Amino acid sequence: MHLVAWGVYVVITIAAWRALAHLAAPRGMAADTPRDPWSALFARLWEQRDGRMAIGVLIALIGLAALAPWLAPYSPIAQPDIVALHNLPPSLAHPFGTDFASRDVLSRVMYGARVSLPVALLAVVVSTTVGTLYGAIAGFAGGRADAIMMRVIDAALAIPRLLLLIAILVLWGAVGVPALILLLGLTGWFAVSRLVRAEVLALRDRDMVVAARALGARNSAIIRRHILPNVLSPVIVAATLGVANVILIEAGLSYLGIGVRPPAASWGNIIQDGADQIGTLWWVSLFPGAAIVITVAAFNVVGDRLRDALDPRQLDGS
Amino acid sequence: MARFLARRLAQGVVIVWLVATATFALLHLAPGDPVSASLDNPLTPPEVRAHWRHTYGLDRPLGVQYVRYLAGVAHGDFGFSVPHRESVAAVLAEAVPNTLLLMGAALFAAFAVGMAIGIAQARRRGALDRGLGFATLLVYSVPEFWLALMMMLVFAYRLRLFPVTGMFDPVMHPYFGFWGRLRDVGWHLALPATTLALLGAAVVARFQRAAMLDVAHQDFIRTARAKGVPERGIVLRHQWRNALLPVITLLGLALPALLGGAVFVEKIFAWPGMGLLTVDAIGTRDYPLVTGSVIVGSALVVAGSLLADLLYAAADPRMRES
Repeated sequence: MHLVAWGVYVVITIAAWRALAHLAAPRGMAADTPRDPWSALFARLWEQRDGRMAIGVLIALIGLAALAPWLAPYSPIAQPDIVALHNLPPSLAHPFGTDFASRDVLSRVMYGARVSLPVALLAVVVSTTVGTLYGAIAGFAGGRADAIMMRVIDAALAIPRLLLLIAILVLWGAVGVPALILLLGLTGWFAVSRLVRAEVLALRDRDMVVAARALGARNSAIIRRHILPNVLSPVIVAATLGVANVILIEAGLSYLGIGVRPPAASWGNIIQDGADQIGTLWWVSLFPGAAIVITVAAFNVVGDRLRDALDPRQLDGS
Repeated sequence: MARFLARRLAQGVVIVWLVATATFALLHLAPGDPVSASLDNPLTPPEVRAHWRHTYGLDRPLGVQYVRYLAGVAHGDFGFSVPHRESVAAVLAEAVPNTLLLMGAALFAAFAVGMAIGIAQARRRGALDRGLGFATLLVYSVPEFWLALMMMLVFAYRLRLFPVTGMFDPVMHPYFGFWGRLRDVGWHLALPATTLALLGAAVVARFQRAAMLDVAHQDFIRTARAKGVPERGIVLRHQWRNALLPVITLLGLALPALLGGAVFVEKIFAWPGMGLLTVDAIGTRDYPLVTGSVIVGSALVVAGSLLADLLYAAADPRMRES
């Protein structure tokens, strides 16, 4: 059941981006724009060794998460023998040890990926969608509306995101995973909207847009054919770095006990299971933390490399 | 300059007002009322509940409550913390200096170390640059609370170099003289401040490196080199001074994240600051304390970015002119 839901998440996420890329790709143009922005970016990423490594790490992680029910040696929530098998240090039978309730930490870390990864991906889909729309509207409207909309963003960016999320989650009590995704997404779109607005402002008065308008193209057509394709690349970069950030935030909230709640395993709340006895039960916290570092670092590398690819200024130096 | 400051100050007030309004809205949109948390017992008679609702003014119209709440916030009155048996303002007043000490120490170290790493990377491209780049990327990707736990595991439990938790020795502190107390606090400060500083240094180093490389190809660098300025002078006096501005803006931008990190680090090292208070208030469902520290935290961030603006103006002659 979980696997099906998770598969649907991933397919929707990838499909949404591919659809957006296709929608945004200039249609009916000459052969000098051979690929949609998505594959062009991916090709640049693949040229770099660390980019290839990061992609490999991410594919391996997604594979591990998707195949966890078959690959994990034990159940993530079963408590086989709470007396004889609890708090075991790493061994061949339990490579990451067991926790206070005799659960296998390796299995929990693998199942944790099934929570932490889709939560972060979907939250970023939400924040990117909202941010892109808001920024595009502000940039396209211009004038007073734009000024007011951007002051709101200035204010929102000054609010410490983590404190705000803590306040909301505490006041609302136990929220489910879908609500958590929405909250993470709706507190993360401010920077994206600023980025998109800047791009739209730069594009709005370009010759191609002026020409399209002179030819009587409707606003929606101009946005779809001229604005979106050019905005998409920086947005993809921001979204990639956003996933890294949201994984960290979700882990922190789950660590505090107000994110993904037990008994469901997320990387953050597995770390919490060992935190109070870190001096003795180090393995319970060490391994899920390492999983977070590897995942976040991989997303950061992909984001950095994509940004380098987009910014020709940086090419000569590196 | 004065006009610029006045405008930024007004913006800061608006931001704090927005945060206060948001927390007020959250308090009232949330299921249950703020009193029910301290009266969770279902056996509480309705008269007692009504009495407390009246005492806290929760039976008034929402508009009245909002105005009274804002007036309270403006006067530094965030309500009463039942678990602490003290006003929220008094509880926070005790904690804020400790948080400022921790964040100040961490910020100072983060910028010193981060700038040094960034400059070294930009000067010597190649193996050193790649090695430091990989190290900063890893640190940049580490969750604060996990790094804090690992620092504690290695330096407090295994090597026994530093105390595990707290801000001072619970037994000996009152008997120390002034210097003894200072040393005691410094010894307890070392691990939490280093944890925060490491994370900050990674961010600063990435920024500083990029800024140095941006400047490296500009004409005045070539001129300096042609004039025969020694390499050290070029890097420090021409390149670094011009690469300083983006790093100063980072100071303002990094504050919200740093404050968020301080929440975890304080919790793990039991450092008696705002972060520890907030997390403990989550456990006791102490609504006034949670909202109070969110508002004070945002005010601190606003004040910090104002300070960063001032620094920026001091560093950039073009800003001083206008």
